[in-house]
Amino acid sequence: MAKSHKPIVWGPFAAGGTFAAFFNPVLILVTGILVPLGLLSGDVLSYTRAHEFAGGWIGKLILFAFVALPAWHAAHRLRITVHDFGVRADILVAVLVYASAALATVVAIVSLLAI
Amino acid sequence: MSTKRTITFEVMRYRPESDAEPSYQTYSVPCEQEWVVLDALLYIKDNLDTTLSFRWSCHMAVCGSCGMIVNGEPMLSCKAFLRDYPDVIRVEPLTNFPIERDLVIVMDDFITKLASIKPYIIPKEERKVEQGEYLQTPVQLKKFKQYTLCINCLLCYAACPQYGLVPEFVGPAALALAHRYNLDSRDNGRSQRQEIAASHDGVWECSFVGACSEVCPKHVDPAGAIQQTKIASTMDYFLGFLQGGS
Amino acid sequence: MSRKPYIRPIPKTSWYMRDGRYKRYMLREVTCVFIGAYTGVLTMGLLRLSQGKEAYEAFLQAMNTPSAIVFHILALLFAVYHSTTWFNVTPQAMPIMKGDDFLPGKVIVTAHYAGWAVVSLFILLVVGI
Repeated sequence: MAKSHKPIVWGPFAAGGTFAAFFNPVLILVTGILVPLGLLSGDVLSYTRAHEFAGGWIGKLILFAFVALPAWHAAHRLRITVHDFGVRADILVAVLVYASAALATVVAIVSLLAI
Repeated sequence: MSTKRTITFEVMRYRPESDAEPSYQTYSVPCEQEWVVLDALLYIKDNLDTTLSFRWSCHMAVCGSCGMIVNGEPMLSCKAFLRDYPDVIRVEPLTNFPIERDLVIVMDDFITKLASIKPYIIPKEERKVEQGEYLQTPVQLKKFKQYTLCINCLLCYAACPQYGLVPEFVGPAALALAHRYNLDSRDNGRSQRQEIAASHDGVWECSFVGACSEVCPKHVDPAGAIQQTKIASTMDYFLGFLQGGS
Repeated sequence: MSRKPYIRPIPKTSWYMRDGRYKRYMLREVTCVFIGAYTGVLTMGLLRLSQGKEAYEAFLQAMNTPSAIVFHILALLFAVYHSTTWFNVTPQAMPIMKGDDFLPGKVIVTAHYAGWAVVSLFILLVVGI
């Protein structure tokens, strides 16, 4: 029996899952709830501050990780979830979810490099 | 003083010579307080219905023959104490396996898969008798001891939804045993076992539902073994790239 | 006598309704929809940030709508569920041997929760709560 190539997608899935477990709750809380509701003092996500943060290499790297790692985690898990819900079109689903993760990765890289 | 308790057993029956599909038969059993489900089934067989078929042997959670679904949960029927159950108990054959007759399932698929992962020590060096035994420290033993406790009772396969949906999946117990021998300091057979364990139908069909480990009567934790194999296989894969291999 | 094994059908689209632990598993798997969607939001934010002040401020405006906030509250709940289910199984996936024995699973899980608390508090402090 041939060895599977699943590690290519499972490695990023596991790394992204760990990363998302540590960071996503607080990120969602800050960017999606506290800032929009005005519950944070100052202008944490203002254009100036965000632009400044994304301008440095460390900021770029952090923001890239925030997007790319959870993207590959979510993509791989979604592929399995769709199968679990009874859809038996695994190859098509795999292409769609991994293409989406790749798109998010590329958009993040291009955007960050343009800042 | 009578301490008997009458319990209604709804037992799945399937008689291949006459039935198109399984159905439930109800038995009313006067049970002793300290009985397990297997005792009640034996009472039925001895006193109420000699045609009821089921597997059992040791009556003490060692042989692994009496696995059944008791009120929806994969259980060793010799370990399912009646005091933990209501007055109506439903007993079915293990899920995810074909039914041979009544509570007896067909386990050929598991036996084939178990053999395929080579569940025995493939020694690093062949030793002659006069060279003495293969030595192992307590710490080396500790690494895999938990996985040696498997009794092949198949509760984990009955609990695994992925095995039910994808019958090609090698499954929990066989993969846990592959891991057991891979971790053994006397063994050198990992690359042979990886042919199966790291294939598409091996660990990669597992989505870590974790049910296998929850139902395991011997606390083997097949789910943990499979995740560890996934991590090790992923390391192999990427290290293989670095070394310019396949 | 010839054999005639009976194979019980498994409903491919509703098998998980049979057991509470299967339902919890599916709930865990569905967290990926929210993690993925939030990743999409972040990606969009980066894109808008690269397109200039006006585009970025329109993005911030869009984040400040009731539907966006409801989405993020839901996403937060699912993200927390992902974190707990992820950390709770770490001793199974990554057992650690210390000396002659395995570290108790509780120690590994607690260390992950502590790490989670530390990074969360750190980020909250950085953004000035």
